[in-house]
Amino acid sequence: MAKQVKAYPTEPLKCWDEAKTLRKNYYEDYLNAHNKGGIRWAGGAWTFSAIPAGLGTDVYFITGEPYGATIAFYKDFAAKCHDATEAAGFPRTLCAYMRNYWGAILLDKFILADGSVVDGYPAPDFIWQDHICCSHGKWYQVVKWLEKKKGKEVPMYCIDVSVGYSLEPSEPLEEYKKNYLIQQLNDGIDWLEKVTGRKYNDKLLCEAVWNEIRSTSLWAEICALNQAIPAPLDEKTMYSLYVMGTLMKHRPECVDFYEKLKEETRDRVKRGIAAVPHERFRVITDTQPPWGFLKIFREMEKYGVVSLGSLYTFGLIGMWEYKPDGTWIPKPLPPKKPKTREQALRAIVEWTLNKSEWAHFYRPELKTKMMKSIVDQWRANAVLLHYNRGCEGLSVHIAENRLGLLEAGIQVFPFEGNMGDEREFDLAGTLGRLTAFFESMGLKKIVE
Amino acid sequence: MITAGVDIGAKYVKIVFFDGGKVIGRAKALIGFDVAKSASDLFESALKNADIKRNNIKKVVATGLNRESIHSKPPVNAEDVVSEVVADAVGAFHLVPTAKTVIDVGAEEGRGVKIGEGGKVKDFVINERCAAGAGTFIETMARALEVKVEDMGPLSLKSTQAIPMNAQCCVFAESEVVTLIHSKVPKEDISKAIHDAIASRISSMVLRVGVEKDVVLVGGVALNPGFLPPLKKELNADIIVPEYPEYVSALGAAIIAAKG
Repeated sequence: MAKQVKAYPTEPLKCWDEAKTLRKNYYEDYLNAHNKGGIRWAGGAWTFSAIPAGLGTDVYFITGEPYGATIAFYKDFAAKCHDATEAAGFPRTLCAYMRNYWGAILLDKFILADGSVVDGYPAPDFIWQDHICCSHGKWYQVVKWLEKKKGKEVPMYCIDVSVGYSLEPSEPLEEYKKNYLIQQLNDGIDWLEKVTGRKYNDKLLCEAVWNEIRSTSLWAEICALNQAIPAPLDEKTMYSLYVMGTLMKHRPECVDFYEKLKEETRDRVKRGIAAVPHERFRVITDTQPPWGFLKIFREMEKYGVVSLGSLYTFGLIGMWEYKPDGTWIPKPLPPKKPKTREQALRAIVEWTLNKSEWAHFYRPELKTKMMKSIVDQWRANAVLLHYNRGCEGLSVHIAENRLGLLEAGIQVFPFEGNMGDEREFDLAGTLGRLTAFFESMGLKKIVE
Repeated sequence: MITAGVDIGAKYVKIVFFDGGKVIGRAKALIGFDVAKSASDLFESALKNADIKRNNIKKVVATGLNRESIHSKPPVNAEDVVSEVVADAVGAFHLVPTAKTVIDVGAEEGRGVKIGEGGKVKDFVINERCAAGAGTFIETMARALEVKVEDMGPLSLKSTQAIPMNAQCCVFAESEVVTLIHSKVPKEDISKAIHDAIASRISSMVLRVGVEKDVVLVGGVALNPGFLPPLKKELNADIIVPEYPEYVSALGAAIIAAKG
């Protein structure tokens, strides 16, 4: 029962069911691609997914990290995947998403969005990946080996993206760096034609690139609306919404969904509809959460705490940039939709290298800077840092980020865990420490 | 106005009765399988010994790992609960008003709390999922050495040489102790190695939030004379151990109760 604390009106998201349906269809479409006469590919959520779209409208795909997270959410299946991966000789210190993904292949089972598990892992017809971190560099190499052991030769193409980043219009990337990526994508299109036997369609490419630019810009605009008090969205809910961008950022369904979501979120702001009725303390988090234990967010709500998002939730898919006055804003769309292959490849390279989550792979202080911007602009009271043992890439330098935030006078609560391996998360201990943190911030439980 | 603080930790329940800025009664007992019953039984007997009626206690605040076990539940009916971190800060600040850092080492948890003006918590750190930075570690090692736990501290003070103990886990450390025993290393030196190891773990944890003087050590392990010297050395700081250090959390809870 709620004690006497101001309560904002709240209501469920109208587009919630559509989000569930989109995700359900996504996994089922991949599974059934061959039955529909289509082809399927696999690769990371960060990869240039708009490029294979030029092969046709019957091209289905599965992105690795969200699939690893889906497995993590269903802890029983995740445990079986861990066992299978470790039995195959892989250490448990590797990327947890990657181990979950390999585990499913080793078990020869496929999990759907609702947690149902079907026999027979649907091998991709080709792999289209990019090397954003050490794990992503090796992930699909092992997938290739595992599929080969099962008798299927899966061709693989990887894109080297190690050319740096551009966060501010005043500091654009040099042309030769962009050209290095554009050349790889051009070569990649030739490779796609060769391995699939299909003729490439530049019109479909241009559509897909424009969709990706629009959907990733729209997601940033949605996140920016969460600056409102009360926040119209909470991060636990946002996980189910941002995921569309990690699954199908270049698809028209994603653009349509984010258009609707933006309108609904804007309407919630206008009407003062809160995600957490007793909002009185605003936090942001960092890196992927421990997916099997999202109930920690519901526990936080009992103290009137709302998690507004994170650099991860905002910037993994959303595109942002710094204005000259230092404000962090959704990146405006390029002036023109691409009309040729060359224009499309250039547009997607320039857009993608602006990804916020990309930049801090190179310089940890950039992550601290962006987190400070979020704290300021979203009016957050504290930062909860997940020392995520499951992701080397996004956890790198996190202790330095903590120090940077503390130096800026921001309250920080670090906790250890793992996004994809439930064995490395202590729910009771974490909740106990979180309670102590909230109490030290002067908060008491409002709702039992 | 009498208030009470009840600290229900992993191994002991501690109770403090507080009145007019002073402690007027203390009680401590081991926790049995039924945590709520252990706390309630001690509370009843402590009331009797102090000749206080429950009706005369204005407010009871519970703290510690198992604080919820008596929250709004008879017979104790604690009116409120508070985390150990906040209770530590308030209790230590009351005893040592110059305190800036509180280190609490209990049976299964080690904590470092940085405190600011008025005893307010500025930052804190707690050991994660491992007893190697807590009293249970010393108990486990005492069993391996076949020494009474209360003798471990005095024994370590007789050591003549430093032996490194590298295991970062209670279970593996026990294996390391067994190896040292088989290597005929004197028990005094092994005992010192154990205290050095726990001091090293606690200090590296506390350094994450920063150590500011005055530093106050509380919790049951503060009663162990073998723990203080290596901790002082690791932190390169003098450490104040108040009287009855194991009651500081309960005291903090009682003070919070008095503040309403």
